[in-house]
Amino acid sequence: MSKRRILGNIIIINILILLCLNLNLFSQSSNQGEIHGNIQMDAQSYKADSTINAPKVPEKMLLNSYANLTYTRGKFTAGIRYEAYLNTMLGFDARYNGTGIPYKFITYNDENLEVTAGSFYEQFGMGLVLRTYEEKAIGYDNALEGVRIKFIPYKGITLKGLTGKQRNFFDVGPGIVRGADADFSLNELFPFMENSSTIINLGGSFVSKYQADKDPIYKLPENVGAWASRMQIMRGGWNLYSEYAYKINDPSTDNRYIYKEGQALLVNLGYTTKGFGWLLNLKRVDNMSFRSDRNATIMQLNINYIPIFTRTFTYTLLNKYPYATQANGEIGGGTEILYKFKKGTLLGGEYGTNISVNYNRLYGLKKSIPSDTNIIGASGTLGYSSPFFEPGNDLFYENVTTEINKKFSKTFTANFIYQYFSYNFDVLRGMTGHGTVYGHVGVVDAIYRFSESHALHLDAEVLLSKQDQGNWAMLTAEYSIAPSWFFSASDQMNFQNPEKSEANHFYMGSIAYAKGGSRLQIGYGRQPEGVMCIGGVCRNVPASNGFMISLSTTF
Amino acid sequence: MKILINIAFVLLSFSLGAQNAQFSIPSVDLKTIDGKKFNTSDIKNEDKPIIIDFWATWCKPCVMELNAIADKYADWQKETGVVLYAISIDDAKSMSRVAPFVNAKGWEYIVLLDPNSDFKRAMNVINVPHTFIIDGKGNIVEQHTTYAEGDENKMYEAIKKIVEKK
Repeated sequence: MSKRRILGNIIIINILILLCLNLNLFSQSSNQGEIHGNIQMDAQSYKADSTINAPKVPEKMLLNSYANLTYTRGKFTAGIRYEAYLNTMLGFDARYNGTGIPYKFITYNDENLEVTAGSFYEQFGMGLVLRTYEEKAIGYDNALEGVRIKFIPYKGITLKGLTGKQRNFFDVGPGIVRGADADFSLNELFPFMENSSTIINLGGSFVSKYQADKDPIYKLPENVGAWASRMQIMRGGWNLYSEYAYKINDPSTDNRYIYKEGQALLVNLGYTTKGFGWLLNLKRVDNMSFRSDRNATIMQLNINYIPIFTRTFTYTLLNKYPYATQANGEIGGGTEILYKFKKGTLLGGEYGTNISVNYNRLYGLKKSIPSDTNIIGASGTLGYSSPFFEPGNDLFYENVTTEINKKFSKTFTANFIYQYFSYNFDVLRGMTGHGTVYGHVGVVDAIYRFSESHALHLDAEVLLSKQDQGNWAMLTAEYSIAPSWFFSASDQMNFQNPEKSEANHFYMGSIAYAKGGSRLQIGYGRQPEGVMCIGGVCRNVPASNGFMISLSTTF
Repeated sequence: MKILINIAFVLLSFSLGAQNAQFSIPSVDLKTIDGKKFNTSDIKNEDKPIIIDFWATWCKPCVMELNAIADKYADWQKETGVVLYAISIDDAKSMSRVAPFVNAKGWEYIVLLDPNSDFKRAMNVINVPHTFIIDGKGNIVEQHTTYAEGDENKMYEAIKKIVEKK
């Protein structure tokens, strides 16, 4: 892209920003409707740094940014999102390079009817057959562009119907997605259940995609249908939720063109009462990658979403080896106990103590020879057969995590975490020759309040492992002055790395300022390579060294 | 360089945008942690102030903020009648964790589930935690993103101002 084009785009962003913010001033009167939106801008400068494998970036500076603008008047809402990637920051898909308005919609919303034309995000149940969403931090956006209708024909029944093509960077994918969903709240539907202490919700969905078959070798299904049913029962602190999905054969790049059907089952069981919570999650996923382009990969054109049930953490070293969704096949589960020792008890102390213990274990599927061939996983065959409840021999992931959260006094609070994990690197990162990484992680996170608005936050983390990159230690100090200022400095150190003779330091410093719905952060430092995951979907983060600026505002 | 110009523009606009423009709550279908439907146009508290707090179980500063408010919530309610709606943006992955988590913390808030971020998007929230303070007429009078220790005191000042104005 030429310099002039880039400059032109930046001018457009500026005009848009000013327009948004100034329009905001004129939107005081409600009968003219309301204009709102947000702006997010992330930029980083890059310096080649051979000690940490940070590559040379020809542009020297990269920018990811977007601005949302919504106009609401009476029953109508219209919105657009302008996005600019000049060029896309390292670690995001470079196919985003450029600018455009990939998201635009108009919605009519009446009490029992909602109609949207344009781009929309939708989720049926847990998303096993359909979920479109966006997660800017990982560059994920599979919005549908088309038409959606939501209709409530009777109290307790919600119907949805939709059709569209999915966003594919600044374009749409080749496949057409059609879907319908019905949701029943029995307690609303039947008068005799209105005041029942048992809550029952049921639902079902059907989704189909169409993509022409131009394959020279195989005869592929042009229409692929998938359905799902779900059920939730709640009573006296108990909660049972389960969802089952089935998909007809759908040969694709993901499953290496096998003709097997897909299935997924999720079961969540929980019990909770004041001061206590218990959770059990079970799942089995078999060949459930479902995209509107059978040749798409990674984060592109997913129609469905397969949740993972391992815990999400905001601590850096607990995110070094995160579990990722295995749409091709996984079986396992997890459990967690949450408890609060009450105030005034031995373990509760003056303010009470929160603890949580969590365990997860996930395997690959057990696979045997299918009925139509004598090899497992061959393209053009049924691929494999697999017993429903029996795990395979490959352990994908295991962890046990204990967390203690304690307020010691009015001015001092601390959080302690210990985790053991085993992480099948080859499977979870799609590589070979790395084997399994075993590790122990410890975190101590303490906050001391000096006054009503001044506080110091110290966060010490250690990860010990004999595999992959060896050991890590990290120390972060953050001084905050409420409500606006944050000063932070950290060092992440990689030591006893089997492939490096010396320890590597990753220093980082930043200042952030927050006011109203806006936040500005400026930082400088080194970032180690790794992965960043949200909801089991991950992107690679390459090593980098440079300045970063991040700005966001909601208005 | 051009990015710096951009930032200068936005900073300039900060002061413009910070004014209390008309900002009413959009209508989005959510669920309560008891499995019941809830439309956000029903976020009401007679004529008293409301706090809408976007959070997630995995978001450390969000939990710190809600913990800090929890210590004072009973007093706040007694003095101003304020009600806090805690909107969890936990998706299918951690949604089932919300109710046990809230109970184990002993929070007394009205907790709503926004598993596909529909309400978050309608409110133009970028990152959590993000709080909105709403007056008795349903107008958003203040908002704040991020959490620093002590923010809850500033929040309470804003709530008291609403009550005193009446």
